[in-house]
Amino acid sequence: MLGLGAERLRADMNRLLALLFHQGVLDEQFLQLQQLQDATSPNFVSEVVNIYFNESEKLLRNLRGLLLDREFSDYKKMGIHLNQFMGSSSSIGAKRVRNVCVAFRAASEQNNRPGCLRGLELLEHEYCYLKNKLHELFHLEQQRLLAAGVRYPMQN
Amino acid sequence: MARNGVFSRRKRSEKIEEFDDVLPSFDSQEVHVLAVDDSLVDRKVIERLLKITSCKVTAVDSGRRALQFLGLDEETSSVGFDGLKVDLIITDYCMPGMTGYELLKKIKGSTTFREIPVVIMSSENVLARIDRCLEEGAEDFIVKPVKLSDVERLKNYMFGEDGMKSEDRRRINKRKSRESLDLSSSSSPLQSQSSDLSSTPSPPSVSSPSSPQSISSSPIHSPTPCSPTLLGSPTRRLKMTNCD
Repeated sequence: MLGLGAERLRADMNRLLALLFHQGVLDEQFLQLQQLQDATSPNFVSEVVNIYFNESEKLLRNLRGLLLDREFSDYKKMGIHLNQFMGSSSSIGAKRVRNVCVAFRAASEQNNRPGCLRGLELLEHEYCYLKNKLHELFHLEQQRLLAAGVRYPMQN
Repeated sequence: MARNGVFSRRKRSEKIEEFDDVLPSFDSQEVHVLAVDDSLVDRKVIERLLKITSCKVTAVDSGRRALQFLGLDEETSSVGFDGLKVDLIITDYCMPGMTGYELLKKIKGSTTFREIPVVIMSSENVLARIDRCLEEGAEDFIVKPVKLSDVERLKNYMFGEDGMKSEDRRRINKRKSRESLDLSSSSSPLQSQSSDLSSTPSPPSVSSPSSPQSISSSPIHSPTPCSPTLLGSPTRRLKMTNCD
């Protein structure tokens, strides 16, 4: 009975991952991260992703702050933040977030304020979606481990 | 353009030779890589990639810190600083303060450290940037995101097929070439250090298949040298003639 729980959870995880790939939210770099996770580094993916979340939220705050200033928007600084955001997103396989950064950066290079505002809106939306889905994925994984763990009681 | 290609180019004066004769076996010490990237996410990933390929890793967040680690920083006097031996430096290109390119120049400009292979990483696949780095002496250029296959290829490069670290091979090369007699197709270190060798900088024609020296049987060299250890690189495959 408990074994079934673990298997079902694994199926749920795979289904979620497949969906995220299909939607283009994640790309193969995420799989690469999973390959780097093993017994010696069992939480690698969630560790990297949590660092990514922290960095991203800082960058989003900065971008928001730069755009709030109606008098002068430091487009150059925006570009720097976006480059960072693009880089880290690509490193974890966050394809859609990265693509939105590219469009946002193009607007900033043209000093296009409405374009940047739209870019920020899109970016925040994509980032939120990604974060929710990855949290869901990690939650499923945790539950799966618990379910699988109970199936194998402690040996002496 | 390759989406995630690895490019490299050798200076014309360099030649690579194969070691067929028996050499004293060296301890296969762990390779020590210095990774430089301002992004914490990328540092974490590259560190893991390197560790999983059995490398020792030191990850720093800036070119400045990299130089400090090497003992090259002008501000912190490093007289007599031994430092941990570094076998490879892998650095991001776009960094605030000192870029990877500037770091590359500083390293290649140092007599102590210019032998260390430097690999540049960049999220931008810009040919001009790649060329500039290779011209300045970078061994390779990796387009991000970095994958396990990229790092495994680097490892083949640091260790030759004989399992010897490239730095150790360079030491052997130097010693052997000094011992050898008049050479037309002499050995030379992997990096350009041909100043103390009697070899001609760039042979205009193919050298004899079996060299008379006792060093080793060198493969036929084309003006564009190639390394048997770098067969994985697409660019190198194009340039290779019959290197084996």
